[in-house]
Amino acid sequence: MSNVRIIWRKSLNFVMLSLTGIAALGVVSILFFILGYLIWNGGKSLNWNFFTQLPKPVGETGGGMANAIVGSLKLLMLAALMGLPVGLLTGVYLAEFGGKTFSFVIRYTTDLLNGVPSIVIGIFAYSLVVLPVKHFSALAGGVALGIMVIPITVRSTEEFLRSVPGSLREGAMALGASKWKTIVTVVLPAASGGILTGMLLALARVAGETAPLLFTAFGNRFWSPGFEQPTASLPVMIYTYAIAPYDDWHRQAWAAGLVLLGLVLVANLGARLLLNRGSAVRST
Amino acid sequence: MSAAATTIAHEVPPQAGPRAFLRRLRGGDEIAHLITLTFSALILLITSMLVYELWANSHLSRAKFGWMFFWTRVWDPNFDNFGAAPFIYGTLVTSAVALCLAVPLGLASAIFLSELAPRKVSDVISFLIDLLAAVPSVIYGLLGIFIVVPVMRTTIGPALIHTLGNVPYIGALFHGPNYGVGFLTAGIVLAIMVVPFIISVSREVLLTVPREQREAALAMGATRWESTWKVVVPWARTGIMGSVFLALARALGETMAVTMVIGNAPTIAASLLSPGDTIASTIASQFTEATGDLYLSSLIELGLVLFLITFILNGLARILIVATGRGGGRPA
Repeated sequence: MSNVRIIWRKSLNFVMLSLTGIAALGVVSILFFILGYLIWNGGKSLNWNFFTQLPKPVGETGGGMANAIVGSLKLLMLAALMGLPVGLLTGVYLAEFGGKTFSFVIRYTTDLLNGVPSIVIGIFAYSLVVLPVKHFSALAGGVALGIMVIPITVRSTEEFLRSVPGSLREGAMALGASKWKTIVTVVLPAASGGILTGMLLALARVAGETAPLLFTAFGNRFWSPGFEQPTASLPVMIYTYAIAPYDDWHRQAWAAGLVLLGLVLVANLGARLLLNRGSAVRST
Repeated sequence: MSAAATTIAHEVPPQAGPRAFLRRLRGGDEIAHLITLTFSALILLITSMLVYELWANSHLSRAKFGWMFFWTRVWDPNFDNFGAAPFIYGTLVTSAVALCLAVPLGLASAIFLSELAPRKVSDVISFLIDLLAAVPSVIYGLLGIFIVVPVMRTTIGPALIHTLGNVPYIGALFHGPNYGVGFLTAGIVLAIMVVPFIISVSREVLLTVPREQREAALAMGATRWESTWKVVVPWARTGIMGSVFLALARALGETMAVTMVIGNAPTIAASLLSPGDTIASTIASQFTEATGDLYLSSLIELGLVLFLITFILNGLARILIVATGRGGGRPA
């Protein structure tokens, strides 16, 4: 009788533990499936024209997404200009200056902002920038993405500044440096690897955002000079092309998807490498 | 003006406070403090403006529909009649489907990574899973449209109708026409998208469970699985709940992938195979074509509702995760 029970327990043990392994493998294989499928499908439609030409009018095959690539870069630049300084300085405040209550409020608000769905951020940028001037613009898209960059940068900056050993600060101060000089010349350089990684990850995350751009940067089938006009971006282009009923557009969407995923994954891998090097420098 | 200011400064009796303040000001510390403080305050400003804009711009809709907005089942732009019920229903159903699929899968993977796999293997797999979390939502939508939707239409949908569709009670969930797009498809895509969050948070939480807990269970003669399921998981369950709430908040607010596979129809239907719409997908698909102030205002009120729901869920998730970090949930 007890023998049967032991066999039952042992087999349950084996079955359940195998299932956990299968689950983990399954999740990881989803990543490889996505990568493989995009490379296979996007690679077929990816060619030089994709990077150099404008979209063709409906009905004509060929053309590319040069304007969307430039548009995405422009939006990212705006987001970086607006979001990164705020994120960095707030991170410095939280790690180096902050009092107790106010820091708690800031941290809580940052988390709250981080959890706001991207589509809601889009509505916010719309009512802030688009409504007053009555037209979509790259600037509005940049504002939306910039807001999304802030909380990610704050959290990573604070975390990496806190990981700088106190003895470094004390050393600088013992030599007579004021607090801000200590921060600028000793603490920030020591944490720079991590902080840059955080910024890179923040930009990589908003680079793939579509929802906040739908009604801020909108889209454009032509070049859009300056920052005042509706601007095409890769993610919105993928969305528009994927839901359209044209086979050629679907092929272009796959190519754009491959380019976008490639950029995002390379940024993530790069950030990881940068981080490993940074921590190696810190620990020696 | 400046002369007056200096005389006043001279008349103030020398005190430690202002003196020290001036000295630090000259040293630059106070300036640095003030600059960073200003930027931090900017985050407060942005967040309060966000809430204010959502509130102010949804004024028309709130004034006209009041609380009925949440119960009205009609969404008719032609006659300016707007109710959020179908979208709230769609949001809840797709998220529920997503969690039903993602929680077992995620928890099992997290158990494997924290309890079974050697540390190096576990780290590599966790890294790959983090990459999965970095894949943009529109890419999931792209794969959803061209892979999941056809498979649902030709294979999984009919199979479900012929098997589970005949079972009493739950049969109603798999019933009626099958277009490939709908609640179930959106739920499946959402599940894939939130699973990385469940895994990475649960794994962290499971790794904080003290070693002695496992050793004690094993020493009592428990199998590896029994020690994991009856001791380690209950110890970490508050944090695991936190990861589920975090995933839920993600699923509720997820926009692009859902918009692309849900079919965009304001319906409330028992069948999971029926096309529907969520709050976020409605905003995404209708915002740019919203003609008329009331239409736009109703969409913005949807945004306000979504904001409030995710706000509450994120708060709950954080409390649960912090609670496990401090000494663990007591095993029942």
